[in-house]
Amino acid sequence: MTAEGERWLPPPDMSLGRRAWLRQNLFNSWWSSVVTVALGALLLWATVRIGAWAISEARWGVVTANLRLFLVGLYPADQVWRVWLGLTGLSVLGGVAAAVYRGGAVRTLAFWLAASQVLLAGLAAVSELGLVAALALLLNVGATWAAWAAARRLPIAGRALAAAWLVYLVLALILLAGVGGPLPVVGTNVWGGLLLTFLLAVAGIILSFPIGVLLALGRRSDLPAVRVFSTAFIEVVRGVPLVTILFMAAIMLPLFLPGEIRVEHVIRATAGITLFSAAYVAENVRGGLQAIPSGQYEAAHAIGLNAVQTNLHIILPQALRSVIPANVGLFISLLKDTTLVTIGAGLLEILGIGRAVLAQPEWFGAQMEVYLFIAAVFFVLSYTLSQASYRLEAALGVGKR
Amino acid sequence: MGDQEPAPGTAMAGDEIIVCRDVHKWFGQHHVLRGIDLTVRTGEVVVIFGPSGSGKSTFIRTINRLEEHQRGQIIVDGIELSDDLRNIAAIRSEIGMVFQSFNLFPHLTALQNVTLAPIKVRHWARDRAEHEAMELLTRVGIPEQAHKYPAQLSGGQQQRVALARALAMQPKIMLFDEPTSALDPEMISEVLDVMRELAQSGMTMLCVTHEMGFARAVCSRMAFFDQGQIVELGPPWQIFDAPKHERTKRFLSQILH
Repeated sequence: MTAEGERWLPPPDMSLGRRAWLRQNLFNSWWSSVVTVALGALLLWATVRIGAWAISEARWGVVTANLRLFLVGLYPADQVWRVWLGLTGLSVLGGVAAAVYRGGAVRTLAFWLAASQVLLAGLAAVSELGLVAALALLLNVGATWAAWAAARRLPIAGRALAAAWLVYLVLALILLAGVGGPLPVVGTNVWGGLLLTFLLAVAGIILSFPIGVLLALGRRSDLPAVRVFSTAFIEVVRGVPLVTILFMAAIMLPLFLPGEIRVEHVIRATAGITLFSAAYVAENVRGGLQAIPSGQYEAAHAIGLNAVQTNLHIILPQALRSVIPANVGLFISLLKDTTLVTIGAGLLEILGIGRAVLAQPEWFGAQMEVYLFIAAVFFVLSYTLSQASYRLEAALGVGKR
Repeated sequence: MGDQEPAPGTAMAGDEIIVCRDVHKWFGQHHVLRGIDLTVRTGEVVVIFGPSGSGKSTFIRTINRLEEHQRGQIIVDGIELSDDLRNIAAIRSEIGMVFQSFNLFPHLTALQNVTLAPIKVRHWARDRAEHEAMELLTRVGIPEQAHKYPAQLSGGQQQRVALARALAMQPKIMLFDEPTSALDPEMISEVLDVMRELAQSGMTMLCVTHEMGFARAVCSRMAFFDQGQIVELGPPWQIFDAPKHERTKRFLSQILH
């Protein structure tokens, strides 16, 4: 005798067949059928129109003929190999890092670095840069893969890799800027295009994060001077548009500095972006800090940790992982805000290059093509960041613990 | 400091290890501790009980300086509590504390919760810290949970990890702030068993608790708190069987029915 209530029952099957799914979601009444058909038709029409324009009317030559400008700006053509070499270094280290950090976020970044180089190689092959550049980009992708495959078999410590990144950053900057001799100096005023966008964004993210964390801690400090300074900094910076800060960094800073000290435009713009972003990071992190229950501080103090140890080992690890989504959103908007340096600091990052290209007489009227290309570049970069952020959240278990 | 205090860090069994004289504390205008005098000897187990809001939690939190007292004197193992950060650090490293809501670190495993302070504060090597931590987790009965995160443990298991974490600093004194109040009934005894074993090993303990069975069986003295004062202080037989004060009688009749 087995009554229903005494048995362990399997869950009922709630899945739908394909036909049933269509009926339930798209055609469950005459009204929803009309909407489905109408929206479907609109979508089809738009796709055909845009597709036809993109294939037959659009002058994509504006992109392929100016690809070098879009990628590196006015960086001298005979020195562009230095940029490629820097990119190769990044590809190799990216591959190694993807093998060493198993979280998945770094692997996503390395994957998208490789994928965007494949896309770029396709574009380069049909452009002024030609097959050699395309081949070089594909070799970079191969280098990422080879480095990943090799590093998976080697016991590489996280610390060694971090040191390698630091060395790489220094070397890459020396490589790009030059020191004379076989590496002639290339002034930062001619750095431009995607290269400049990328450098500004990376420097802004790497530098603003620790400054923002310190400001957030400072705003909650028991020391009145530290608290007042942090609060004032955050409020002032958040109350001013980024363009204004860039103008001030570009024009007003030299007025305050003694005549012999000249800070390059790129450095000033980086400083402006960093300080601006740091104020927002600080407010995000403060939100995370406020979510930590006071019991965590009490427990940490009770086992004898001092204030620095409490923040480093107990509070920040929890607070920072809870604000990953907010901070990545902020960094994506920082990436896009780098376009403001064209206006605020007179630098030719990718959007500025686009405007310069459109000023050439032979490309009058090609706005659509240029801005679509730039939009696509930003989309790939932003999408890479957001994908990496999802992996990071999953690896650190946001919302699960 | 008077002549009668022993030199720091030399307390023997039976010596006075916690001395509180006329301790006062205000929260804003509210006078929460109104002249607490209590002396605890090494190896004693003192149970503190009383109605909520009577200041009992606040009082034990003043002993490791989670709360600051504003008047009076607290001397722990010969060190007087003051604003001197070195004194606070020295006293905290001698006192372990267990909280009502466990307060484990959710981003660390049980084992990491226990080894953190020995590694960071005592500068032990990781191997040694982990070895000792596993012994403590075995002592509290959950060595198999060492690599789980707090969210994966039951309340009783979490509280036992919290106990191991406090014991990892090899404290001379343990403070318990309602350690079983947040637990489901079937988990209370597993925590009380560990506390009983700890008391038998000679640990000096101050427990805020309403587990009267535990108090009768284990403690040497009980302090009844009401409205920021110790109303009655005595051995458990006296508190339970011959309470001197009307308020003690009334409170006990409410919780013992």
